[in-house]
Amino acid sequence: MTKRIMLGNEAFARGAYEAGVKVVSSYPGTPSTEVTEAAAKYDEIYVEWAPNEKVGVEVAMGASVGGVRSLSCMKHVGLNVAADPFFTAAYTGVNGGMVVLVADDNGCHSSQNEQDSRYHGRSAGVPVLEPADSQECKDYMKLAYEISEKYDTVVLMRSSTRISHSRGIVTFGECVEREKIPYVKNMMKYVAMPAMARKLHVAQEKRLNMIEEDAADFIAGEEQYERYLNRVELGDSKIGIVTSGICYQYVREALPNASILKLGMVNPLPKKMIADFANEVEKLYVIEEGTPFLEEQIRAMGVPVYGGKDMFTIQGEYSARMIREAFGVEREHSALEEATGKTDLEDAPGRPPLLCAGCPHKGLFYVLSKLKTTVLGDIGCYTLAALPPTSAMDTTLCMGASISMAHGFEKAMGASQNTVAVLGDSTFIHSGITGLINMYYNQSHGTVIVLDNRITGMTGHQDNPASGRNAKGEPAPAIDIATLVKAIGIQHVVEIDPFDVKNLEQVIKEETAREELSVIITKRPCAMIVKQTNIPRLVSDRCKNCRQCMKIGCPAIEEEDGRPFVVADRCVGCGLCQRVCPFDAIESEEQ
Amino acid sequence: MDKNILIVGVGGQGTLLASVLLGNLALAKGYDVKLSEVHGMSQRGGDVVTHVKISDHSVKSPLIEKGEADIIIGFEKLEAYRWLPQLKKGGAMFVNAQEILPMPVVMGQAEYPENIDQTIAETAGSVKEFDAMAIASSCGSTKAVNVVLLGAASKALPFEEDEWMKVIEENVKPKFVELNKKAFTMGQGA
Repeated sequence: MTKRIMLGNEAFARGAYEAGVKVVSSYPGTPSTEVTEAAAKYDEIYVEWAPNEKVGVEVAMGASVGGVRSLSCMKHVGLNVAADPFFTAAYTGVNGGMVVLVADDNGCHSSQNEQDSRYHGRSAGVPVLEPADSQECKDYMKLAYEISEKYDTVVLMRSSTRISHSRGIVTFGECVEREKIPYVKNMMKYVAMPAMARKLHVAQEKRLNMIEEDAADFIAGEEQYERYLNRVELGDSKIGIVTSGICYQYVREALPNASILKLGMVNPLPKKMIADFANEVEKLYVIEEGTPFLEEQIRAMGVPVYGGKDMFTIQGEYSARMIREAFGVEREHSALEEATGKTDLEDAPGRPPLLCAGCPHKGLFYVLSKLKTTVLGDIGCYTLAALPPTSAMDTTLCMGASISMAHGFEKAMGASQNTVAVLGDSTFIHSGITGLINMYYNQSHGTVIVLDNRITGMTGHQDNPASGRNAKGEPAPAIDIATLVKAIGIQHVVEIDPFDVKNLEQVIKEETAREELSVIITKRPCAMIVKQTNIPRLVSDRCKNCRQCMKIGCPAIEEEDGRPFVVADRCVGCGLCQRVCPFDAIESEEQ
Repeated sequence: MDKNILIVGVGGQGTLLASVLLGNLALAKGYDVKLSEVHGMSQRGGDVVTHVKISDHSVKSPLIEKGEADIIIGFEKLEAYRWLPQLKKGGAMFVNAQEILPMPVVMGQAEYPENIDQTIAETAGSVKEFDAMAIASSCGSTKAVNVVLLGAASKALPFEEDEWMKVIEENVKPKFVELNKKAFTMGQGA
């Protein structure tokens, strides 16, 4: 059988492919993005980028009702956006199997919070599966579709950064042969009006109870590799640990002899199995990253838990080391401890991420920083402009919030002369447009800046409705943001190159001073998707050391002998530093 | 056999390809292997780390923790230093002599540590620090710095030269295969 090293996310996509999934609709979000990207490589699957997660889940639901297996993937905060269709799809159930995949980000590697999406699954009343390595990502995906169709339910597949972004060996399986399930009109099932919803809620409770009863027989994996979804690995009976997902790996490594109840399904919980396991061990521990989701339910069952969140934090990611220390397991000294007695090197300065050399956003934030503008910010690469040296962002909350918050800010503060909302093209389409309609309708005087760089940048360059290509990389219609904004009725719409810093400064001053709603669209493609000149710049002897060029925060500009210096192999030749230099002291190398 | 290799550097330096080559080599040789990386913010010039764990039994946690790395491949000096606490007693360091100043240092808010070479020398079982960028550049592209460093580290890994060449052929775009093979060989000789 074929074996490959696969990212957890690639393995999820392989599982979807083997399960015969036909439709995938997602919005990118770290750490979930690669599932959809990997699915797009299978010719057999229709894959699209939706403008947001709510649309993605609704598309998947439509495909399910239409009789095929469907998938929608998102990061944890995306599930909040999609919560509306998700919670009611949990009532109606499915026709073709349907999985919603959510990737949590314990440790906030690239997110604004550490939301625990298991609660969404429990609150909605759907089964939640949680794989512990790449092989299980594939195997659980296949099983999820069987559960979905057998019990007529949406299934939530819960991943996390360490599962999605770890690679491991995956043994491929056979593709499921299946026919499209005929669509049959059924008002009582698919029309969630109050009278039907009450009945659907009863049915949902019943099927969740059935799943709990049958869970002991759920098996994932191909023939000789198959494993029970929920399984007990009996070892030393002194310590018994209930765990799931990545924590299972940490426990296995830290405490190789402990007895473990590994939960592959964290909702509904197999109550009898847990109670039986608790009876077989002397002390029961629950080890789970994040909130005490399992622990509180186990305690509520009346099962004594010897150690849980009283031993382990609700913050960040866990590790085998953390578990060893909690259980007093001895370990060898590190080389550093041997040599210096220290466990850490605290004098290593941090290396915060930066906007790339050549990034179009740099021009805008250089100007906003210069004008000391109050900036209601948003989610994207440009959030990095909040950091020094530009420090040009005052707030970041969630996708699309820049616009709505700017409106609220204006209602509180009065129309300010020097406040803007800033967000990217993809974020604007995701959920900024509704906020802008609100501003227009409720007569805001604000200024919104849309950073149109022709791509969804932060998540790794995915296409979007304004980029001109679809998820398969084929040409697609591109929404023109200026036309869209004008269609709302907004009179003052300016398009400008963000590297044209002199004119941009003038435009921002004019539009923020204007006592009417205005939209500025800065247009320049992401530096990662266009060919750069790659002619490095040089600082000539005309330099007066005014350090304007250092205020753009370019990774190619360092200091040497107390003066700015361009590091040639990092310079992409965008020329922004030349444009901000008041003494014309920066030249192209070829000159 | 257990080999824990930590590959550290700055976003954009090509650490990921290095780990993918290692992972595929381990798979081809019948070992179990897990790799762990973090995407997103780290792509934008932040610090990046990839954990590679290879074993002849089953690998559990994908993370290499303090004192667990047999080998650290540092694509940049400060990053090699930052991750030094992960090195096992007697572990080997392969370090590119390049310094990339982080923004807090450029802005004068923090200092690039002066004692990096000394601390690494005092801590590691063995250290190989060299100008991998210059070697990559002489091969035709500074982008090959990752494979130059792999070449250097290959001496501490249980794989044969022809196996390395094969994994390069299978995982690198055809037009860059020759360049990367040359970079690997030059790295071995560094």
